[in-house]
Amino acid sequence: MKKLWLLLGGALFYITLAQPAHAALAVFACEPEWAALAQELGGDKVSASSATTALQDPHHIEARPSLIARMRRADLVVCTGADLEAGWLPLLLRQAGNAKVQPGSPGYFEASQWVELLEIPARLDRAEGDVHPQGNPHLHTDARNITRVAAALAARLAEIDADNAAFYRARHQDFAVRWQAAVQRWEQQAAPLKGVPIVVQHRAWPYLNRWLGLREVAALEPKPGVEPSSAQLAAVLSALQNEPAKFIVRAAYHDARPSEWLAERANLPIVVLPYTVGGSDAAQDLFGLFDDTIRRLLAIAQ
Amino acid sequence: MRKISMIAPGVIAAMLSLTAQGDELRQLRTELEQLKQTYETRIQVLERRLQEMQSAEPSGAAHAHANAGNAPAAPSPQRGVRRGNAFNPNASVILNATFGEFSRDPAMYALPGFALGEDSGPGEEGFALGEAELIFDANIDDRFYGSLTLALATEDGETKTELEEAYIQTLGLPAGFTAKAGRFYSRIGYLNEFHPHVDDFVDRPLAYRALLAGQYGDDGVQLRWVAPTDLFLEIGGEVLRGANFPAGGAAHDGKGAASLFAHLGGDVGVSHSWRAGLSHLHAQARERKSDDGDNSFSGDSDVTIADFIWKWAPQGNPSRTNFKFQTEYLHRAEDGLFNDLDYSGEQNGAYAQGVYQFMPKWRAGVRYDWLEADNRGAAVADSVLDTLGHDPWRASALLEYDPSEFSRLRLQYNRDASQPDVDHQLFLNFVMSLGAHGAHAF
Repeated sequence: MKKLWLLLGGALFYITLAQPAHAALAVFACEPEWAALAQELGGDKVSASSATTALQDPHHIEARPSLIARMRRADLVVCTGADLEAGWLPLLLRQAGNAKVQPGSPGYFEASQWVELLEIPARLDRAEGDVHPQGNPHLHTDARNITRVAAALAARLAEIDADNAAFYRARHQDFAVRWQAAVQRWEQQAAPLKGVPIVVQHRAWPYLNRWLGLREVAALEPKPGVEPSSAQLAAVLSALQNEPAKFIVRAAYHDARPSEWLAERANLPIVVLPYTVGGSDAAQDLFGLFDDTIRRLLAIAQ
Repeated sequence: MRKISMIAPGVIAAMLSLTAQGDELRQLRTELEQLKQTYETRIQVLERRLQEMQSAEPSGAAHAHANAGNAPAAPSPQRGVRRGNAFNPNASVILNATFGEFSRDPAMYALPGFALGEDSGPGEEGFALGEAELIFDANIDDRFYGSLTLALATEDGETKTELEEAYIQTLGLPAGFTAKAGRFYSRIGYLNEFHPHVDDFVDRPLAYRALLAGQYGDDGVQLRWVAPTDLFLEIGGEVLRGANFPAGGAAHDGKGAASLFAHLGGDVGVSHSWRAGLSHLHAQARERKSDDGDNSFSGDSDVTIADFIWKWAPQGNPSRTNFKFQTEYLHRAEDGLFNDLDYSGEQNGAYAQGVYQFMPKWRAGVRYDWLEADNRGAAVADSVLDTLGHDPWRASALLEYDPSEFSRLRLQYNRDASQPDVDHQLFLNFVMSLGAHGAHAF
């Protein structure tokens, strides 16, 4: 018995010490877009990973043990906020025992604090579905919001890793210039999308719509986060007869069936947007994400 | 009164001197008025310029703020809104009611070989409101988190409030440590820490019912540590008062129970995740009464639990379909005096269950659980500890419909062979939560 305990103690000691000395700042991002942004700004001084993938619904993942372990070693947590992660993030923070990344400390960063949120509900009632009291959290779909978050995140990286502050500042300057040029390019490319009427599956696109001028005429989900029933889909179908749309927009992580049902009956094409980094083969980084999003939208709008 | 009479002459004198200097005062007033007007126009001009600059600011210009430190690039509109209740804790209410049908009278329920703790029955026949729970929780400050759970239940025609949990937990201990203090459910096993309303099945497994009276909670402290590894590893321990089943009587000067637990967990690919655990509870019982009040046990009670949970969700996205497998093995050794007679017992129990969400909102599940007891000593003969040669077992099937994250409707059938005569049980149950969005543990 004594031998067993010794062995166990030795193993524990080994695991604790054998961890690589963390040269790079460990960034725990809740969504792939923030992992990509942190990597973009931090270069080799940062090692960023995302808790969710582009094929997972950021509202609903499980607070898995592997995520607790990852949170435990994080130097910086970068999340969207606005209650997008309310179902799992508070639990990870409480279970990981990591003082550095608790809300209120410099190691906790919420993107939603740095941009103007849309669709702030006038009435808070669960009968309205999965409403977010602080506003719609899918804010990264407007590339101009990435600009704002990047500025704040670069400042935060410089704050918690002061030794490399100049490095982060320089990388951000470089990124901001390239991003600004890309935003202008995207805006020019997307000019034909202005005023195009669309149907969305989940209301995940108000920021994209406002930016590019797409016009959302209907949503398949009767209320945010509520799976549409066939009666509700039929109602959308009849509403489309009065107000026709050109195509249906769905994120890569959404269930295909509701949009396919409507596409067949309303004779509308579907465009599956990557939604975030990793959501399509071309969306391997933030630039690729918007390149691919606009390319797909233009292809279907033509 | 005297004070006023002393002040009054002073005021009158001052007023007199003011009228004497009336001209000067009028002049001052006009000057002040002019000054005010100039400043007002100036402020207006500045405001207008500020507005113009803000609207003219190109969307990409925000990066100029980067060097200004943490200043928000664009203020959120809700920032100005201040509500009086903004700092209130998160509050939620859990409503829970069951309709039960039994082929045998639930009042006759027993598990031969086991002296059951409080509230260890199979439930009531017909319509019955279960416990309604009130939950409050919030961060207390940057160091502590606090949580309170009250249960309201009707017992013998009276509404009783029970303090189920009331604890604080640290947020800022160094090196991966977290401490918890107050009244809480022990972190032994898997199911023990959860409130029954989050369980997948309407009732707890027989092993929990018999060996822990549903679940073990007590007053005390807990310390746990998460290792800084890729693999999730958590170890911890508790020292508790020992007032509740399987402990009793707050022995050892109110330090009658202690536990140790370890959990391991991780992912296999992107679609699978698991957690395994091993825990031990050492409890001292001093005149621990059984549910019917007829029996009393004093001695040591040692519970060891092994648990394993495996979850599958395609691409890690549980929204459409997912599967959860859960199993626990419980072993309890008791040694002491049962109704003042010698007793030593070895009891085992286990359950395994699988719940499959086959389409959004719909889940189906099966569970099998069993118990066995090997009790020895003079106390056993002609008492509840006599197994009558029967090992209790039960098989259950579940169909669940969840209109939303906050509401669940369940239909469950049990083929319950707790006693030699099989009892067929049917439950129709709802669990609904109102208020704050609670986070779900793995």
